Amino acid sequence: MAHYDTIIIGAGHNSLVCANYLALKKKNVLVVEAAEVCGGLGARHEFHDGFHASVAHQASHFPQKIIRDLRLAEHGLSLSGDHKACIGLNRDGDHVILQGNKVSGVPDNEVDAYKRYHRLMKRYADMLAPFWLKTVPPIGNNSLPEMMAFAELGLRIRLLGKEDMREFFRMITLPVYDLMDEYFSHPLLKSLLGWDALIGTKQAPRSPNNSVLQLLYRMAGDSHVTLDVPTLIDALQRAAVSRGVDIRTNSRVCDIVVEQNSETVKATGVRLESGEVVTAEQVVSSADPKMTFLKLLGAEHLEIEFTNRITRIRDDGLVSKLHLALNDQPSFSGLSSPAGRLFIAPNLEMIECAFDHAKYGESPVDPVMEITIPTLENPGLAPEGQHVLSAHVMYTPRKHKSEWDESARAELTTKIIDAIEVYAPGIRSLIVGQELLTPVDLESRFNTSGGHWHHGDFALDQLLMMRPTHGAAQYSTPISGLYLCGAGTHPAGDITGMPGHNAAREILS
Amino acid sequence: MKRYDAIVIGAGHNGLTNAAYLAKAGLDVLVVEKNDYIGGAAVSRELHEGWVYSSCSYVCSMMRQSLHRDLDLSRHGLMLVPYLGTVNFDDHGNTLVSYHGEAAAYNELKRHSRHDADAMFRLQADLGRYAQVIRKTLLRTPPDPTSFRIRDIQELLFLAKQFGALGQKELYEYIRFFTLSAADFLDDYFETDIVKATMASAGIIGTALGVYSPGSSYILLHHVMGDIDGSIGAWGLARGGMGAISNALASACKSYGGEIRTNAGVDQIIVKGGRAVGVALSSGEEISANIVVSNLDARRTFTKIMDRDDLPPGIFEKAENFKIRGSSGKVNIALSGLPKFTNVPDNPYANRGGQAFTGSMETMERAYDCWKRGTWSDDPFIESVIPSAWDPTVAPPGQHWMSNFIQYCPAELADGPWTPEKRDQFGQTVVNKIERYSPGFKDLIVHMEVRTPFEIEQEVGLTEGNIFQGELTIDQLLFNRPFPGYAQYRMPVKNMYMCGSSTHPGGGVSSACGANAAREILMDLRRPNTVPEDDCYDD
Amino acid sequence: MIVTMTNADFSTEKPRPSHFQPRLDERNIHDAWSSWNGYKLAEYYFEAEYEYFCIRNTCGTYDICPMQKYLISGPDAEKMLNRMVTRDVTKMRNNRVSYVLWCTDEGRLIDDGTIFRLADDSFLLTCGSPSTAWLKKSSLGFDNVTINDRSDELAALSLQGPTSCAVLKRMGLKGIEQAKPFTIHHFDFFGDSLMVSRTGFTGGLGYELWIKAELALELWDAVYEAGADYGIHPFGEQATNMARLEAGFIMPGYEFNEALKTVHFEHDQTPFELNLDWMVDFKKPHFNGRAALLEESRRGPRYTLTKLDIEGNKPAEGAFIYDSQDCSRHIGYVTSGMWSPVVKANIALAMIETPYLKGELWAEINYEKELRHYSKIARCSVKEEPFWAPDYAKVTPPRDY
Repeated sequence: MAHYDTIIIGAGHNSLVCANYLALKKKNVLVVEAAEVCGGLGARHEFHDGFHASVAHQASHFPQKIIRDLRLAEHGLSLSGDHKACIGLNRDGDHVILQGNKVSGVPDNEVDAYKRYHRLMKRYADMLAPFWLKTVPPIGNNSLPEMMAFAELGLRIRLLGKEDMREFFRMITLPVYDLMDEYFSHPLLKSLLGWDALIGTKQAPRSPNNSVLQLLYRMAGDSHVTLDVPTLIDALQRAAVSRGVDIRTNSRVCDIVVEQNSETVKATGVRLESGEVVTAEQVVSSADPKMTFLKLLGAEHLEIEFTNRITRIRDDGLVSKLHLALNDQPSFSGLSSPAGRLFIAPNLEMIECAFDHAKYGESPVDPVMEITIPTLENPGLAPEGQHVLSAHVMYTPRKHKSEWDESARAELTTKIIDAIEVYAPGIRSLIVGQELLTPVDLESRFNTSGGHWHHGDFALDQLLMMRPTHGAAQYSTPISGLYLCGAGTHPAGDITGMPGHNAAREILS
Repeated sequence: MKRYDAIVIGAGHNGLTNAAYLAKAGLDVLVVEKNDYIGGAAVSRELHEGWVYSSCSYVCSMMRQSLHRDLDLSRHGLMLVPYLGTVNFDDHGNTLVSYHGEAAAYNELKRHSRHDADAMFRLQADLGRYAQVIRKTLLRTPPDPTSFRIRDIQELLFLAKQFGALGQKELYEYIRFFTLSAADFLDDYFETDIVKATMASAGIIGTALGVYSPGSSYILLHHVMGDIDGSIGAWGLARGGMGAISNALASACKSYGGEIRTNAGVDQIIVKGGRAVGVALSSGEEISANIVVSNLDARRTFTKIMDRDDLPPGIFEKAENFKIRGSSGKVNIALSGLPKFTNVPDNPYANRGGQAFTGSMETMERAYDCWKRGTWSDDPFIESVIPSAWDPTVAPPGQHWMSNFIQYCPAELADGPWTPEKRDQFGQTVVNKIERYSPGFKDLIVHMEVRTPFEIEQEVGLTEGNIFQGELTIDQLLFNRPFPGYAQYRMPVKNMYMCGSSTHPGGGVSSACGANAAREILMDLRRPNTVPEDDCYDD
Repeated sequence: MIVTMTNADFSTEKPRPSHFQPRLDERNIHDAWSSWNGYKLAEYYFEAEYEYFCIRNTCGTYDICPMQKYLISGPDAEKMLNRMVTRDVTKMRNNRVSYVLWCTDEGRLIDDGTIFRLADDSFLLTCGSPSTAWLKKSSLGFDNVTINDRSDELAALSLQGPTSCAVLKRMGLKGIEQAKPFTIHHFDFFGDSLMVSRTGFTGGLGYELWIKAELALELWDAVYEAGADYGIHPFGEQATNMARLEAGFIMPGYEFNEALKTVHFEHDQTPFELNLDWMVDFKKPHFNGRAALLEESRRGPRYTLTKLDIEGNKPAEGAFIYDSQDCSRHIGYVTSGMWSPVVKANIALAMIETPYLKGELWAEINYEKELRHYSKIARCSVKEEPFWAPDYAKVTPPRDY
């Protein structure tokens, strides 16, 4: 019977990062993946004859440290490229463009305001950046190393100086609506800058408490490079294999096998769908916490309140994905090339309004979205000369009144294409194939509870030493030998590899 | 010309409390009030002959009993009477009465859900725990987390000790609670919408947040952390209307030698050489003082009665960014008889407290959506109280006055400014909703007064008619209230202070802001502190 | 009150009637009522001490309709319950009853109760306080279990005392004398099933009778007809509280504060503090609070609930316990105390800081004599056994009368 040092459940990017770090320390690692290929939400799939797409768009804050540590460049990760332009689309072609740290398409006073805004936000983002790569210790615990982690955070906040420190404590819980109001008056600029504070989580511009931290998390990128996700997955996979990691795809895990001893319950391996049991010293799960604890492990091994907290993790996905197969390059009014991230969200009120429908299980009347044309950089994704359009659409609640029946899907697809057509007249005639993935589809296709990319809302009560919940927020779990390494752990979702990186450190210690 | 030791601007309950304590410490104090009556939003006015309206605030639970006792307010005419159970009405004709007795309360909840009846015990214990920690901070000055002064560090340690005493698990729960929405918080306890809606309504009163907005669970706590005689969460009526509180405070203030002038609106705080030296009244008269204390909200203080040039850079902008959003309306009604409500048992315990027309979580949230779009909902959340069922002094015998508080009502309408016609339409919306639950209600109406945020601002002076003098979100609480760096009642101009609800601990008729400000002033004057730091009830 | 009511409707404010209410009303000659879980409950019917002696000398009935009764069934029922309570449910045979405790994740006592194993996949859990919410939380993650609250649909009557078996025999319950302690038996009754368990809360011989609510009065009448010659009498809360204290049983609101209703940190108790170590089985599969309890079992509890025999006759209710006669150090407090009429002793349960158990124990008792108030310092001695545990309580078959 096969026995490993470590078995990692799931072959998403966090698992692969974790596997690489463990293999670097000469651990004998097995990665088991239910799907045919590695990558999870970052994996590429063919959604129409000859047309490919991945659910995740790009990795914009994948840390340089991981790229360096794992020498991903040697395994085929291309580091060329730049921060993609973010373009707020305007009906009349007066687009707002954010390229690197420069904003154009807005009046001079807004440019000045953006400089002030960016200076401060970047200070805060840089101040927090190291903490995304650390384990957040539990509160109320007085052991010295753990106190040091908080002391260091305290020191870094102090180093901001009195004024900025005070402002940090105030600003950190502001709704993005208020934050934008304090700096800007240009509606399109506000929604463009606010987008990253909202996407993927159940919150609207006017929702307090959670959005600024989410924004700062996404501004923490030290790479200034936007990575193509499937390419990143390939590099991670190649690196892992070269370090001796075994990867078994088409191997769905049914159970985490445990053993009860007088002290505790210990994880000893996994049972695969085939019935085969593979044993290991440690089992690491990159599945979301609900899946890990309730489906793979079983509540009978856990405490009741802990189970309740896992059950109550807010992970109802609100984002749908639309993939369009286009027989030609679409053209957007007033844009020479549709490269970069294109946003259809004319103002924050419209985002708020889209959210208001979602609260009651309805589709948005005016969907707001982020669009990319991945074939511009990677022509191989579609037949020659043809293109893929990929859109993240907010807010489309998983708990839809119609339970996402055919007519609700058709209606949403039409609305999205209608909305795009306003900015890209004639695009409809280019469509040769399409795929709509609602949160319900993401849940069933990618085994993510709630169809939530981030394995749980990015909200203060589900972050830091409370992600996914207290008792399992330091990557270890109440079950000895069972660890978490997925987006449901600190620091959170997006393609960052940081949960996998942090989990590996805890496992090795 | 006479020079006062201190001038307090605005004779609301916090201004009067502040003045009373300053006078008690021997200062020569003048309170100036723009209206021809005192009380601000804690006021009783005979707006229809024979009826005394508490035209703005209408119930009380946060009034600190140590201040009540210390200022001897009972001798000055104040009596707070707890009132019994509120009835909640949902969209489908169901009711839920919040009884006081445990057996009745349990059985009533059980009519709706056995699970929720059980879960309520736990919610009450948890809210009690959360309330106890926060209550200890009410009569204390928030520490400045950026400061290394001994007092700030001591206060930070005091806070840390209070939170530490919760134990590790409850500390996590407290952090969660503080940041959640009322809906998410209550989902952890209850299954039925009527029970959730009953509890969630406290999370939206007075605020520009919805039941689904993160942060609304703190607002919920803000409304249940008060107490009457140590019973946390109980609400009371002031005998004689809310004005009885202000009148008692004014009487106490005068008994210590303080002066109060009505019809004396302040146009300008006079600043010379970076120091506040007095005020200029709208009549043109100037009064000088060593100290000026503003009981007005932060926005109004810095943008309306101060010269921008007198302020350090940035303060004016902070005041403009200070979130003080009008979101509530008030309809005061004189009734010829006691209204009867459908599906409510006809007895004094169930039918004499208040009525909360909550509808459902969705109804309340949709009303909030309307507010965001600059209009009011056809189906608003209304919290009503009929004080005359308890208080024989506010309406003729057999007749009644009903206070109706409406959430939400925008300060500015999307289709232009408020007009008397729109105001009356708003009032009609409210009356129509009540009529749905109390057929024949309209026929009982003798007189009615409608207040939108516009009227509240015009009369009382609260910016946008915000009842808390500023939103109670984390960015404006504790050491962030009103602005970071100015949470200790001292303002950026020397010898100038604030004592209104724009300061810690925020809105509610608590007198705590005024008392805390007095403590800081006395400290700066090197006078002995005479302001209690603790409530007299031991938990 | 300003408004006087005519035709007022107070129905919703009144505690709800028990299924036995018509009979209880006849017998409660002082109208001495309190309430339990929203139900009307007698404090006493005639006089507490009279009723107490019925329990000890003949027999009496206690209305346990207000007790919470949950039917937990399904393939996962055993697994779910076993993870919830501290004893091993898998070891229970069918038609057996077991006293159980359940704790929070932190090992603090939520409530105690009894589990009736009705079948392999069917259990009845009874307890003193509503537990629907906790049961629901406890069942999260178990797909094949249903929890059915039968509290209002099942009537229950506790029949306690030395003549109780004789009464049941007279009632025609054939073979009841063969019922051993903690067993369940079913009898035909008016075409329905009457469940009888040999259980109780008095420390003596006793049975509890369970029937659907519609047959409650028929059950009462049958019991009272059969009991007429055996000194049967209804007893209330006060007599119950006396009997259970002599037996050394704990009571919420006295010995423990239910953890989920506790506001202050660690003002609730653990099984070890309540001296219920034997109820916690570390050899069984995982159960709630296990890690915390394991740690406590090693560290030792901060307090220990102790049975005290106190000199003199002044009940020590609410007394402080000190480590010396000069009361130099406060080390605990009495949770329940009374003069025991059967053992003629001044008995008490007290929470005492564990390290001081070995030393001297002194109680400061406040009492009054014709309105003059006194305080005395009384020596306490620790009792290991229940104050009163008659052999006949365990004998099968019980003595016939």
